[in-house]
Amino acid sequence: MAPLNEYLDYWASHADDFGEALLEHFALVGMVLLWSLALAAVLTLAVMRSRRAEHISVQLLSAVYSIPSLALFSLLIPVTGLGATTAVLVMVAYNQYLLLRNVLEGLDGIDPDIVEAAVGMGMSPWQVLYRVKLPLAAPMILAGIRLAAISTIGIATIAATINAGGLGTILFSGLRTMNQYKIVGGTLLCALVAVVADRLLKLVERVIVKRTVH
Amino acid sequence: MRAIIEYFSTHGAEYLQMVGEHLGVSALTLVIAAVIAVPLGVLCARSPLIDRISVGIATVLRIIPSLAILIFLVPILGTGVLPAVVALCILAVPPILINTALAFSTLPAEVLEAAVGMGMSPARVFFKVKVPLAFPAAFAGIRTAAVEVIASATLASYIGAGGLGEIIFTGMGLMRTDLLCIGGASVAILSLAVGQLLSVVDRRMRRYERA
Repeated sequence: MAPLNEYLDYWASHADDFGEALLEHFALVGMVLLWSLALAAVLTLAVMRSRRAEHISVQLLSAVYSIPSLALFSLLIPVTGLGATTAVLVMVAYNQYLLLRNVLEGLDGIDPDIVEAAVGMGMSPWQVLYRVKLPLAAPMILAGIRLAAISTIGIATIAATINAGGLGTILFSGLRTMNQYKIVGGTLLCALVAVVADRLLKLVERVIVKRTVH
Repeated sequence: MRAIIEYFSTHGAEYLQMVGEHLGVSALTLVIAAVIAVPLGVLCARSPLIDRISVGIATVLRIIPSLAILIFLVPILGTGVLPAVVALCILAVPPILINTALAFSTLPAEVLEAAVGMGMSPARVFFKVKVPLAFPAAFAGIRTAAVEVIASATLASYIGAGGLGEIIFTGMGLMRTDLLCIGGASVAILSLAVGQLLSVVDRRMRRYERA
């Protein structure tokens, strides 16, 4: 391996390439998370009335989740083509499992006495959901969002294989040209982004939970 | 559809070889990862220091994207089966380790006390009481690892480890819909089948619970 200063020189002179890939990555992950949250909210409202519907939908989503991303990408390419659309579709589908599982577990874990008390106080179903159930389920929901974000950051690197851009582009081009500066820089950046995102989201989780519970 | 049938009639042997490579690399990885992670997980339950260090590292490794781990090793180990197995092991050890450590450190204390009180030797307590009780949670870790390894072994084709990923990458390179469908469906079926198979094994091994 080359001495450290050669790595640093290369990274410094190609900082804008790394920066561009990083921004693309953030944009991709952000878009996926927004769509995932919107869809998960709709799906939750659709299935939360019946335990059976909850169980079936989580089972189905877990089967989708266990299909490797490259396999889903290649099955979708004939339909939606190469590019970010296919990548976003696949990642949103994966996130539905992580989000729904946690949201439903959070909602179903609430003490029925509390819900009964809220209904007895004259709250409407929406008020019960919004003012009682959601705050109580917040820790589980936020944990689900964190898992979805970390998983999306990881899978988004693989999405470079289907021209969706992002940090994976650096990894694959480094691999093609056997450019070790690019490979090491790209992988370290990927790892750093994931770890920092995890820490930040855990921090946000703690702050929000503290505010809603007390 | 015709292209798919044609592929199997002309490349059938090659296809089977790739399935074999895929399963071979995955199985080898899982065995090595289990040999490393299960004893370490058992140790974690004994020593809080080892637990803090190894579970801490495993938790960070779990967050890092799998592609980054696969590709990071290429400048050091080159391409081929060896770097792929090493990288896949790095991916497979954390879930097995975390689950085994948790399984062995959350055993009900009164059951262990009863076993000791019955005069069981430490070795008997371990094999007759601790292992069966910790098995379900520890095995769940192996199952998670297996499904992840099958998925990441597809990516490992990119660093020269063979396997079904080759069909997918060739299909993407040439934009051949037939290859994409064959590769994608094969990997999907393989991963669902392995997941199902391991949950059947899990249920078999826990039959005593229903007795």
